[in-house]
Amino acid sequence: MTTAVATTGRKPATMSQALNRALRDAMADDPAVHVLGEDVGTLGGVFRITDGLAKEFGEDRCTDTPLAEAGILGTAVGMAMYGLRPVVEMQFDAFAYPALEQLISHVSRMRNRTRGALPMPITVRVPYGGGIGGVEHHSDSSEALYMATPGLHVVTPATVADAYGLLRAAIASDDPVVFLEPKRLYWSKADWEPDRPEEVPGIGTAVVRRRGTSATLITYGPSLPVCLEAAEAATAEGWDLEVVDLRSLVPLDEETVCASVRRTGRAVVVHEATGFGGPGGELAARITERCFHHLEAPVLRVTGFDIPYPPPMLEKHHLPGVDRVLDAVARLQWEADWTSPGSGSGVSQGSAQGARGVSGAQGGVR
Amino acid sequence: MTVLEQPGAYRPTPPPAWQPRTDPAPLLPDDEPYRLLGTPAADALDPERLRLLHGHLVRGRRYNTQATALTRQGRLAVYPSSTGQEACEIAAALALEDRDWLFPSYRDTLAAVTRGLDPVQALTLLRGDWHTGYDPHEHRVAPLATPLATQLPHAVGLAHAARLKGDDVVALAMVGDGGTSEGDFHEALNFAAVWRAPVVFLVQNNGFAISVPLSKQTVAPSLAHKAVGYGMPGRLVDGNDAPAVLEVLTEAVRRARAGGGPTLVEAVTYRLDAHTNADDATRYRSDAEVAAWRSHDPVELVERELVRRDLVDADGLAAVREAAERMAADLRERMNEDPALDPMELFDHVYARRTARLREQAELLRAELAAAAADGSAHGGEREGTDR
Ligand SMILES: Cc1ncc(C[n+]2csc(CCOP(=O)(O)OP(=O)(O)O)c2C)c(N)n1
Repeated sequence: MTTAVATTGRKPATMSQALNRALRDAMADDPAVHVLGEDVGTLGGVFRITDGLAKEFGEDRCTDTPLAEAGILGTAVGMAMYGLRPVVEMQFDAFAYPALEQLISHVSRMRNRTRGALPMPITVRVPYGGGIGGVEHHSDSSEALYMATPGLHVVTPATVADAYGLLRAAIASDDPVVFLEPKRLYWSKADWEPDRPEEVPGIGTAVVRRRGTSATLITYGPSLPVCLEAAEAATAEGWDLEVVDLRSLVPLDEETVCASVRRTGRAVVVHEATGFGGPGGELAARITERCFHHLEAPVLRVTGFDIPYPPPMLEKHHLPGVDRVLDAVARLQWEADWTSPGSGSGVSQGSAQGARGVSGAQGGVR
Repeated sequence: MTVLEQPGAYRPTPPPAWQPRTDPAPLLPDDEPYRLLGTPAADALDPERLRLLHGHLVRGRRYNTQATALTRQGRLAVYPSSTGQEACEIAAALALEDRDWLFPSYRDTLAAVTRGLDPVQALTLLRGDWHTGYDPHEHRVAPLATPLATQLPHAVGLAHAARLKGDDVVALAMVGDGGTSEGDFHEALNFAAVWRAPVVFLVQNNGFAISVPLSKQTVAPSLAHKAVGYGMPGRLVDGNDAPAVLEVLTEAVRRARAGGGPTLVEAVTYRLDAHTNADDATRYRSDAEVAAWRSHDPVELVERELVRRDLVDADGLAAVREAAERMAADLRERMNEDPALDPMELFDHVYARRTARLREQAELLRAELAAAAADGSAHGGEREGTDR
């Protein structure tokens, strides 16, 4: 599915501006689109994503709700039943949890329960992830929870253009979409063409952000810039890395992923979410199932540690950075002991090797 | 075959007679916030108690301004100031006995500090070095809760458990006006009422939930009215009148301890600063509104009362200010030291016993840190918190 995007003039824009523009355009195009959430009206949202919408479209179209996430998403269900297209804002990742009951028990399966009679064209916007120095409960990456809930689409942009295009596609979707906004990229800028019609690939398509031949980095959202930087750094060691941006976690564009891995023969999945039970496990399994004979090394994962999200002063040790990605890439060619207990986990596989990779004392990629 | 098809077999038992509440106390005795200062009753207020409140209020205000200043110096990641709400914060702490428990929200650092917590330890959540920097058992203060209203059911559970054990312990839980819209608030009130748990709920109604005014949060005549539907007393009090808040809370704590069950107290106050230092309050409220509330300042109200009744002289006032300055200077000094953090602590306390996976991840980080240290000062060494 593709979405035609009406957009004037190439100028620098931030991801937050692109998201704001997407909401405005969607509301202008379709009177059924309603925005609701905490502080989305007068304030324009704590990240200003809904700035100006209440003024332009009225408080009935962009509504400050009482402070209750279960209530916000629950009422959105009823609004959708009556033909509206609610776009719901959850203020921060961990504050979406009160709404999980509605999301899991109703939003995700209403179409299925009613044999198609009650579709749920709801977009749930969730700012997610760390790296902005947020205190407890402001930096979670819970995409695995959403991915494990059948009936939900899960998408996450990593570029300014995708923020616009994917949000338009999410709002246009007749199924519920959990729209994960990497908040540390909110202020990232790009030259963008918001006034020229362009075709934006819809939900379920990945893109290759960098062509390469020797291994594939598979990533999404906040980790894309990390992987691109790692790919540049790795050229010094002779690695030519391909970088795939998933954009859509559900559905997963396996064709693009597998085509890339078959070309390069090696894969590392990189994300901030915890590794155990995380998105990387699903990807590693799918790649192994579909590309086994093309693989020169096990699929590795570089992820956040399996701990509650740490306080901001320690988050840099938790978040997968360029060094940790390079370290994993180096391990793709070692004669490692793949049978060790942690094999297949990008953040395990033994400290000695990790230390060598990071210090660059023994080969590695740095 | 259903029971209805064999009439003889179906013998409905009559429903038990509906039991009315036997508590003679009216659920909402007054629609007007209860006040002491400026009323004839003020003359009877104990001078020592007034001086005590005054000392805490001056210190509390200074604490708030100091913490806010620390955000500007980058020493605190964020600070949700309780400037203007000090009377509630202080009364919440003073209404409790040592054995009681306080359940604060993220805005209630001052209540925790007034209860005896080390100010620096109480600020770790907001500085960003650890989520809870104190042992909750030491002063019986639960961790500051960031997700709204989630601490309220905890307070009910703890109070219930204490009563099951035969301890006369009371729990006092704090929540904002916005938090009263969350399901957890309503579930907590209902459990507390049904179990007759010894809990006091203190709603600090400071007018706004970030940008959203109370009028968009509820159309109930007051938040105290919400108590009526759950069958517990609701009390409305002027949240800037420290003696009044303390009296109402003390009475609610006494009632809870005596087995009288929970009370919902709404303290009507105002948030003079923005929601946090990251918020732009000019977007949603007028300077005139803020100015009007400034003239009803909780610190000045008590100070004026002391002066009116000639209970303090210039030296006395100066001594109170000096003590507050000393506290602020000490806080500033200690907060200006970089906290000594060990990144390896990330893997502690995730489980009672570290899993194999966490042991591996800890080894990875240890190796990275060692490699970084061996790389020398190029990467700034291992010291945490210095590059923020
Ligand atoms: C469950 C949940 N949803 C949203 C938030 C984000 N948030 C933090 S403070 C706040 C407003 C709270 O207002 P109120 O309860 O009145 O307390 P106040 O800040 O005024 O003390 C919001 C929406 C949160 N912390 N928790």
